[in-house]
This record gives sequence, C-alpha cells and structure tokens, in this order.
Amino acid sequence: MAAHLSYGRVNLNILREAARKELREFLDKCSGSKAIVWDEYLTGPFGLIAQYSLLKEHEVEKMFTLKSGRLPSADVKNIIFFVRPRLELMDIIAENVFSEDKLHSSREFHILFVPRRSMLCEQRLKEQGVLGSFINIDEYILDLIPYDGDLLSMEYESAFRECYLENDQTSLYHTAKGLMTLQALYGTIPQIYGKGECARHVANMMLRMKREFAGSQNQILPVFDTLLLLDRNVDLLTPLATQLTYEGLIDEIYGINNGYVKLPPEKFAQKKQGEASKDLPTEPKKLQLNSAEELYAEIRDKNFNAVGAALSKKAKIISAAFEERHNAKTVGEIKQFVSQLPHMQAARSSLANHTSIAELIKDITSTNLYLSLVSASEAFFDNLTVEQEFMTGVDTDKVNTYIEDCIAQKDPLIKILRLVCMQSVCNNGLKQKVFDYYKREILQTYGYEHILTLNNLEKGGLLKPQTSSRNNYPTIRKTLKLWMEDANEQNPNDISYVYSGYAPLSIRLTQVLARPGWRSIEEVLKMLPGPHFEERQQLPAGLHKKRQQGENRTTLVFFLGGVTYAEIAALRFLSQMEDSGMEYIIATTKLINGTTWIKSLMDRPECQTP
Amino acid sequence: MAFITANWNPLGEAFYRKTELYEMSWNLRDGLRDSLVAAAPYGGPIALLREPHRRSPSSRPQLEIYSASGVAIASFPWKSGPVVQLGWTVSDELLCVQEDGSVLIYDLFGSFKRHFSMGQSTKLQVLEAKVFHSPYGTGVAIVTGSSRFTLATNIDELKLRRLPEVPGLQGKPSCWVVLTQDRQTKVLLSNGPELFILDNTSCTAVCPPGLSPQAGNIVHMSVSFSYKYLALFTDTGHLWTGSSHLQEKLSEVDTKKTTTPKQMIWCRRPKSQQPSVVLMWDRLLLVAGVCSDTDPCVLVGELDGVRIVSSTNQELLQEVPLVCQDIFKIASMAPGALLLEAHREYEKSSQKADEYLREIKEQSMLGEAVRQCVEAAGHEYDTNTQKSLLRAASFGKCFLTDFSPDQFVTTCRELRVLNAVRESSVGLPLTHTQFKQMTLQVLIDRLVYRQFYPLAIEICRYLKIPDYQGVSRVLKHWASYEAIARAVCVKVGDSPGVSYSHIAAKAYECGRTELAIKLLDFEARSGEQVPLLLKMKRSQLALSKAVESGDTDLVYTVVSYLKNEMNRGDFFMTLRNQPVALSLYRQFCKLQEQDTLKDLYNQDDDHQELANYYVTASYREKRLESRLSLLQSAVDEYNKAKNEFAAKATEDEMRLLRFQRKLDDEKGAGLLGLSLQATIEALLALGLHKQAEQLYRDFKVPDKRYWWLKLKSLAEKEEWEELEKFSKSKKSPIGYLAFVEVCIKCNNKYEAKKYVSKVAPEQKVKAHLAVSDLEGAADAAIERRNESEMAAVLSRCSASDRLLIDRLNRARTTATKK
Repeated sequence: MAAHLSYGRVNLNILREAARKELREFLDKCSGSKAIVWDEYLTGPFGLIAQYSLLKEHEVEKMFTLKSGRLPSADVKNIIFFVRPRLELMDIIAENVFSEDKLHSSREFHILFVPRRSMLCEQRLKEQGVLGSFINIDEYILDLIPYDGDLLSMEYESAFRECYLENDQTSLYHTAKGLMTLQALYGTIPQIYGKGECARHVANMMLRMKREFAGSQNQILPVFDTLLLLDRNVDLLTPLATQLTYEGLIDEIYGINNGYVKLPPEKFAQKKQGEASKDLPTEPKKLQLNSAEELYAEIRDKNFNAVGAALSKKAKIISAAFEERHNAKTVGEIKQFVSQLPHMQAARSSLANHTSIAELIKDITSTNLYLSLVSASEAFFDNLTVEQEFMTGVDTDKVNTYIEDCIAQKDPLIKILRLVCMQSVCNNGLKQKVFDYYKREILQTYGYEHILTLNNLEKGGLLKPQTSSRNNYPTIRKTLKLWMEDANEQNPNDISYVYSGYAPLSIRLTQVLARPGWRSIEEVLKMLPGPHFEERQQLPAGLHKKRQQGENRTTLVFFLGGVTYAEIAALRFLSQMEDSGMEYIIATTKLINGTTWIKSLMDRPECQTP
Repeated sequence: MAFITANWNPLGEAFYRKTELYEMSWNLRDGLRDSLVAAAPYGGPIALLREPHRRSPSSRPQLEIYSASGVAIASFPWKSGPVVQLGWTVSDELLCVQEDGSVLIYDLFGSFKRHFSMGQSTKLQVLEAKVFHSPYGTGVAIVTGSSRFTLATNIDELKLRRLPEVPGLQGKPSCWVVLTQDRQTKVLLSNGPELFILDNTSCTAVCPPGLSPQAGNIVHMSVSFSYKYLALFTDTGHLWTGSSHLQEKLSEVDTKKTTTPKQMIWCRRPKSQQPSVVLMWDRLLLVAGVCSDTDPCVLVGELDGVRIVSSTNQELLQEVPLVCQDIFKIASMAPGALLLEAHREYEKSSQKADEYLREIKEQSMLGEAVRQCVEAAGHEYDTNTQKSLLRAASFGKCFLTDFSPDQFVTTCRELRVLNAVRESSVGLPLTHTQFKQMTLQVLIDRLVYRQFYPLAIEICRYLKIPDYQGVSRVLKHWASYEAIARAVCVKVGDSPGVSYSHIAAKAYECGRTELAIKLLDFEARSGEQVPLLLKMKRSQLALSKAVESGDTDLVYTVVSYLKNEMNRGDFFMTLRNQPVALSLYRQFCKLQEQDTLKDLYNQDDDHQELANYYVTASYREKRLESRLSLLQSAVDEYNKAKNEFAAKATEDEMRLLRFQRKLDDEKGAGLLGLSLQATIEALLALGLHKQAEQLYRDFKVPDKRYWWLKLKSLAEKEEWEELEKFSKSKKSPIGYLAFVEVCIKCNNKYEAKKYVSKVAPEQKVKAHLAVSDLEGAADAAIERRNESEMAAVLSRCSASDRLLIDRLNRARTTATKK
C-alpha cells in the first residue's frame, strides 16, 4: 500500500509504520465501537498515514467533521476527537460535549491531540467544565509525515507566517521534536549544518533535547550523514518564481494537496463508442500523485518541455508491449502475456491520465506567440519573461510596465504580489518611489483592506524599501551561478533546468555545501540573512560508519518554512548525478508554491457591510 | 584447604555447615535477653527494642537499629505505646506493631515515615502480631484480645481483612503462622490439639497427615521461606514436617524435649531434597536433631539457610550446596575436585598435575570440572577458597577450546561485589543464591538506601550498568541527600541523564528553595523545570525557562498562570522582558481578547501594530462614523510610526468612503466599500463621467490605468462614439493596440480596424493579425523586415492564401540573406 516509501535510499516506511502502530494502539485503548470527529485540517495529512480501512479494522464506524452544535447521532460507544491543539477547537468540542450529555449518557469521550497535547487546551476544557468528561486525553505525535520515498512533510501550513510575522516558534519546536523522532528511528545524525535564524533555533533545541535523553544513547547505525537546515527566508526568491517542472506546473496551476490533485474533468471523459459525449463528468477528477506510479516518477521532475517527448516514447513502448500478443504462439507465451496484462493496463491508464494532464497544461503554457491573442498562454509567457528579466537583474529598479498593465487589467492580486515581491527581492528592496507606487496601485485597485497584507509582506521581508544603496543580489547571482544562459531542458546538466535558466538559490547552497564546502562562499553567506553554522553530534563508539568505496553519503535537507516541487526536483537531480556522491532526502514544514505561500501571508479583515 | 569440611555436619544424605559471618561490631550490655529483635532476610538490618513492655516514662525503652554486622545505624528512645512486634518490610522499612493496633513505620535511619492502624476500634488489643512477606509485598497479621485475626496483605495498599471467628478459641492461640498459598493469604493456627486454617471466608479444622494422635498439643509451628513446607512442634517433643498444604508428611522426629523451643526456623536451600528445621531452645540449637550452642540467639530465616545472631557473633547455618559437597567431600572423585587437585599440583610444579588433568580429560569432563569450580566458588564465603577455586577453573579453561567464558567472568565480578558488600562496615552478608534472587538492581537500591553511594557507584561502573539505570540513579539519590548545589553539580555534572529536577524537588521539600533553584538550572528538561518553578512561585524564572525550551505550550502555560497571579501592570512588564512570550501572548489575544491586544501595543508604543489594529477593528464596525473614527485613529498611529505612506493611504480611504456615502445618498449608487478602481468603474457604468473624472484627478490615478479603465468600460457599454472621442482626447498612454484588442474582445472588428493605423510600428503586425487582416500584417512585417513576425503571419495563412505565402517566403529569404 505504501511501497513507494521504501524504494528510496532511506526506508521511510519505517516512520509510517511507527505512526500507524501508535494510531492502532490509541484506537485499541478505547475499546468498543467508535466514531471519530475530525478537525478537518487533519484529514489530509492522516490520509498519508492510514486509510479508512485501518480505522475500520479498529471498530471506527462513523466519521464526522468537527463543527459547533450537536454531534450527529451515531450508535457507538466511543466518540474520539482528533484535533490540533487550538483553543477555538476546544470551545467547539466543549459545545459538542455539552449538547451531547443531555441525550445519551453512555457514550465515552476521548481526545487525541495532533501533534502534541497542550496544557493550555486542557486548561480551556477545564474552564469550560468538560475536561472531566474525557476518558482518554492523549497525543499523537505526528510531526514528520512520509510523503514520498524521499520526502517528508509536516504539513504545517502556517509555519513561515508564524515564524516571521508572529514570532511564534511553535512549528520550530515541532520540527526539532520531529527530527528527534527521526533520529530515534534512523540513528543520530553526526553533522548538522544550517543557515538562518530558525535553523539556528531548531539546531539549538535539538542539541538541548539530545542532552535530555543523554542517558540512553541511541545504538542505531546512522542512516543520515548530514542534516542541512535551511530557512525559507534565506531564499525568498525561489518560491516566487513559476516552477517549470511537470509536477511543479501541476501544482502551480491546479494545486497538489496532501499528494492529491483535482483536475477539470473534461479531458478525462471516457469516450466509448456509441455513447454520446453529452454527459461530461462534472465532478473534478481526483488523482493521487506519487512515485508509486512508475510513469509519474519518471516524468514528474522533468522540465515540462521535455515531458511530451517522454510521454510519446512511453506510448510507443506500451503499444509495442501490447503488440507482443501477436507473437505469442504457445500456450506458455500467452499465459506469460496475460500475466503481464494488469501491469500493462495500469501503465496504459497512467499514460492516458498524464497525456491529458500534459494537454491541459500545454493549453495554458504553450508559447506560440502571436497565435492567440490576450490568451492565457500569452499571459503565461509574458509573466515568465518578466520573471526571467527580474532574475537576471534587468530593470529591477524601475516600475515594470507589465506589472502596471496587469494591475490595470485587474489580474489576480496574488499574481501581482508574486511579481512585485520578486522584483523587490531581486533588487534587494525597491526604491522608495517605486515601492510606494506599487503599493498605491494595489490599494487603489484591489481595495484599501490589503494594506494589512502589504504590511505583512514587508514584515516578512518579501516586499521592502531599499535601505542600503547597494544591491547585492547581482553578486549573489554571479557567485552562486543562479542564472544559466544555456539551460538544457531536455537533457539537463545543471539544476537550473527546473526554472528554465534559474538555479534555485536554496539548492545551490546545498550543492556547494556538498562540494566544495561553504567556506568557498563565505562572502555570499554573509549577505544572506541569519547566521550559518555547523554542529557535530557525538556518536557512541562503534557506530562510526565505515564507508565503502563509492558509497554515497546521505543528506537530509530540511526547509523551514516550505519547499517547492521544483526545488525537490533539483535535489533529486543532484542525487541522480553520477559524480555527486550525495543522496538527498527532503523534509519540510509544508510543500508550497508562490501562490499558496503568498496566500498564507495575506490578511483579510472580515468586512461588516454597513 | 584440607579443613574445609571440618565444620560440616552430616544429616542424612546432606551436610550442614556453619560459617562465621561476623564478629558483631555491637556491644550489647545485656545481650539479646528481654529484647524484641527483628532481622530482615537477605542480610538485612537488625532492629532491637529492649524491654518493650517497660512503661514507666522515666525509663523509656531504646530502639536500636544495626546493620547485619552489628554496626549501629540509629538509636532513639521509644516514646510511643508498648510494642508487640517488630518487623522489616521488603524495602527495608521498620514496622513497629503496637499493642493498640497502630503500626509505625520508620526508615533505616530511624526517622518516622508514617503510621497506619490495624483496626478502627479504640479498644483494640493486639496480643500477637506477625510481619510477613508475600508476592504482594509486606503484610501484617494480628490476633486481638477478642481472639480475632486481622490481616493486611500489603501495607503500601492498606486493605484490612478481618478473618472469621475460630470456634472455641479463647485469648490467643497456642501458635500460628501466616501462609501464602494459591495467591491467598491464610492463617494456620493451633488451639490445643486442634489445627485450623483460616481464610477470608471460613475457618476449617485440619489434621496433618501422619501425626500420631499421642503427639499432643501443637505448641510451635514454622513455615519455610517459600511457604512450601511446614514444621509443627508438639508439647511431647514431636517435630512433624510436611508440606504446607498438609497433604504429605516428610518426617516426624522425637526430639525428647518437652519445652517449647524459642524459635523454630526452616533451613534449606532451594531445590534441595532435604528440608530440615532448625529449632532453638535456650541453650540448645538443633537442626532437626543436631545441637550445640549456649548464648541467647536470634534465628533469621533466609532463602538458603538460617542466620544465627548472637550478642557476640553471627553465623550462617546452611546445607552445604551440592557442588561444594562434590568438590570438597573427602576422597571425592568429582571432576571439579580433580581439577582443584590438578591445579594445586601444578602450582607446586608437580607432574601429577598432568595425571589429574588427563584423568578428567579422559572422561571428557573438563568442561564440567570448570563449571563445578566456578559454581562452588560462588557458594564459598571465604575469599581464599573462592580464589583457589577460580584459579583452578581458569587453569582448566586453558585446556578447553570452545568454552564460553561468560559464567566465569560473571562469577568473578559478582563475587567481587559480594565480597565488598559483605565487609563488616557495609554489613550485607548475602550469599550468592540470595544475591541472584534479589537481583543487582535491588542490591544497588539497598546500598543507596543505606547511603553507601561511592560503593554503589563503583559497583555500577564495575558491572558496566548503563548510566541511566546505574550511576545516574545513584547520583540522583546521593545528591538529594547531600543537597548542596555546587558540590552536587561538580560531582553529578558530567553524568548525562541525571534528573536535576528530582534533586531540586527534594531540596525544595527540605525547605531549601534557593538551592532548588540553583539545581534546576542544571536540568536539561524544561518540561520538568517549569512546573516546579511555578510551585516555588518563581514565575519569572519559570517563564524564561519555558521560553528557553522552545516549547510554546509550556510558555502559554506559564503566561496564563502569570496572568492570574499578577496584576495587569506587572504582568505586562514581565512579558515585555520576554519578547517570545509577549508575541505568543499577542497571538493568543488576537484570537481571544482583542481589547487586551490594544493595551499591549499601547504599552509598547508599537504604533505600527496599533494602527493595523485600528484598521482591522474599523472593518468590524457597521456604522460609517465609527469606522471613520477608527480609521482616523489609525492615521494618527501611522503618523506616529512615521509611516507616511500608510497614513496617506488611510486618509485617502476615508476620503473615498465619504465620497461613496455622498453618492450613495444622492444617487443610490451602492458604492460604499468598493475599491477606488471599482468605484470609478461603477461610476462609468452608471454614466457618471464627471464624478469618475473627479476621482481620477483627486486620487491621482495614473493615466495608464485610467485609460485602460475607461477604454474597457466604454467598449463594454458599446459607446463607440464616446470611445473614439476619448481616443482622440490626447495621445494614448497605453498605445492603440489596446484599443484594437479591446474592440475585438467586444466582437466589434469594425471599430477595431479604426485604431489599427494608429498602432505603433512594432505592434502593427499584431494589430493587423488581431483584426484578421493578413495582408496588412504581411505588409507590416515585410516593411519591418522582421523574420519572426513574417513567420508568425505565415503560420496564420491557410492554403488559399497562395500569393501571400509566396510573397512572405520571398521576403523571408531576402531578409535572411541580409
């Protein structure tokens, strides 16, 4: 079921199994039939750990969404609340419990806090007078969720906002805890590198926690050689840019949530003979995307321009395989062919799906200039051109006409914000005049209430006035070779292919760390925000790895504040490079793209219309 | 060595030996006469209460506690009521059962811990009491003046059970014991010739099998350490032994002694086939038959023998373990004995060594020989004997290739430990068998309990026990006793896994708060630090510790505690010194207490946030006036924060709102709340051009945007004439391609064409294409000699445009040539 997690260099299924075991143990604690009341936010992440079937095996008969008022009736012995430790949710639970007691007295209540129980919340339940109604109050430590064979995510959406806008480091505490759990399963990570304030904070907490457990030393041979902690605010630029890998584009255009994407159904309509295509499906098509699907694993990280070729190659292979049946003469051969059929059929339907998705994307991105007017594709292309101008440092200190036009056309605000922030980042802050102009334009066009959002972006450092006269972005760009003129999209030789020219800063830092080391870029590191550091964790004697000749080292790269699919693709590319000698496992607080990221930083006062 | 068997006494098949354990360090004036004595098994401590029945307050009896070797541990005058019985619990606590049924518990050092009572009634009179051990812990049983038995199986979870009445019993029974059988605790008692078993619900008369009726009244009984065997002594001097189930009889001996023995204790080693009973009269010690001794003594039943404590010395009486018998029995030919001999000859450099060795090897018994020597060494008390046995084993081992050294090594280590704790100064005379039964963990606990910290640590280190189980645990206890922060930490500091909070909690209990705080500083687990600090009312410190931990829930907990404890001003000041806590509290307020949020910003002079707060608040207001006044507050705060842009933008918004309200009132335009752009759009849509113009000027809307806006709005309303007029009002800041495209979008190719000619040259091709004028597009492209533009036009041509295609292709070739 989760085989794709164990394919990689590090078997992440261990982590998933540990999480499942804990879940089962909790469920068995509440004997008898149960209903789960879900904090809606948790259903997605939980889906990565356990399907409904597991819950059903443990007598979960009903599932509800947590909402105020009365609980739906269900003939079960136990009601279990699965919630994040948030005060507003406690109030709802209290309401549920109150309205419940009057009707039935025999139902037993339990709370499972994810990822950690909170004294504050329990206090609140006590104040509401319901704390005593709960038989079990437990925590389900779900920090790092295995997302794919080389990818862990905490699915903690607000991490960046909390850290940089609200000075709330809860997510970092959970990160540190999660890393401790990981080390308990995969051994102590001997080397820790980091860049950024949050990274420093996480490393400090880890070292502190290690001291707490010091008496019981971990006797597992370390799987990871290095941990690299990177603050998202060290590289604000990358998520703002439009991702150009296949998976990145799917996420940019349709949004991937907890490994699932919802697509417009038209292209997926099964046209059967004799059936009119009248009744097109209206429900969006929901697809799971991960490396369990062979074809997807193959193409997800390619530049979109290389996907078409890959798909047609695959199509040929598959049809050739189907042709094989004509060659099958003997009963044995036929039997052999038939045994492969399910696999081949799966491959064929996978191919059909991805061909449809690729078509959908192509409609939006196709760069056939002049062909259609004021169309989506032209907008996409123009947008990309401006992004690339900014990244290469062209006219970043002036008001950009394309942005102006977009505002005039009332394009979506998030698109505008992405571009303006990008310009600001690439210019190390905008000139006061330009800065004020953009802000005024945005307020006048999209409404004054966005002044709060602009304040937030300013606080987060995404949009700011230039304070020092020196713009150090060009130096950073040149030293780290962030722009590669001749990015090869079909057969890449450098990570810059993921943005068709722009090499993500975060990944360059990772790459340089592996070889030749950060000492070579000391100057640039000083220009980027936050401290950079190195820590070593002592291993118990006898656990030092004896490395085989040619054996790769494994690095866990942890992005604090989110990572994009394109960055992941770039790291996978580095893992696959023959001479890199390094394999990367990726962990993050949340998988993001420019849109979801900016969205998480927006503030919208609820308006009372007079 | 030859004399090892000198103190062996044969009894049937087995041998018994008495080993001197100690010359007692104590100096008892009156010996053990007239004293209540309790000695705990497993080499436990000895408690002594002189003349327990002396009641005159002028001369109170003295309660004394000694180690097994007689080293004084504590001594204090007994001030409470008369004591009936003393006993030790499994965790080395002293139980003093008083006549009135209350039981006082003291620790090893004579400090009072707690007390409980064996019955509610005030008129309770305890005649006799017994302290017993069972798998459930330590229990107490009493028999009262009303001839009723009361049991408490485990004094740590006190549950009193009053047993049923015994028919015909007056006063106390002639003798009784407590049995633990089938997970039930029962009392076996005799009243004259009758024998009863009392359990929770019933009283059953029983009869020991094979006890001859003439035997007389049972006057003494004893149950073995394991509760498996029972010994009964009758007034005619008959000793009956059998299983405690009273199912089978083992033996019956006529001791020819008609006086009741003072003590009767089972003496057997585990797994022995030869259970025997030790009886003691005033001047006689009898091992089911054998006797000697004169001094008043106390017998202590052990797992594998009996300790005989007298006022001068202490001996262990035990059945000689089989393996020792094998080796040391005179003329024994057991492999172990031969090996010992071989080694002895070897040391003398005699060639006989080889002969002995060969003999063992021929029987392929060398492995067995080594094993025997190792095992026997474990059972020996004398270090020289231990050494020679171990040397012999080591010698024999040399001739074996694949012999696992584990047992040898373990035994050596354990013997070292045992020898160390047997030292008179420590006084734990444990046998190897007892040690195995009691486990190392318990031994260390007992050492710690007796405050032998350095020894305990040495043992932990020597046996390589993991730190958190061993050294750290010992240090924790030690430190909590010594309780001097610096010294503690210097000594404890480098051992990971020490729980300083436990130490600190202890220190706090002792009233040493400052010390506790200092100790807490060393605690790595903040989760442990914080609650204790709160308990000690060091809330500020608790807060900074919580912040340090990074655990935000912990911070919240302290903050909410502080909020209730402090007045508002102090609370805010405290938070101000802790930015992390402050921002968390702000988060909390944002969700829960908006007004407090304002006060917080006010206090910090955070004008920017205060302004933002007012802005957010303004959106919650329904009435325009209140909304405006909040926005005015925002303007003031933005000004104070020197955020000119925001102040200006807010003023603009207020102006816009007033304008919108005015127009809404006048024309019912429904503008309130729209953005400036949307307002202008709406005005244009309503045909209110003048007002739109006014806003455009008043708010300095950039020309470009205004042109776009007007262009689109006019096209949408299909006011083509107005549009044309507008296009001519001045030179378009957005160019004319926009006009073409907007017209096409509104499906008016005719109007679109009007503007094509005005389009700038570089956009001309696009404009022509937009109105599907291929020819025009081709002309423009050719004129500009732009290859890609030509290609773009070409791609739009269909096959019918033959001529055009040719022309373009020709132009392309010329263009490329150049």
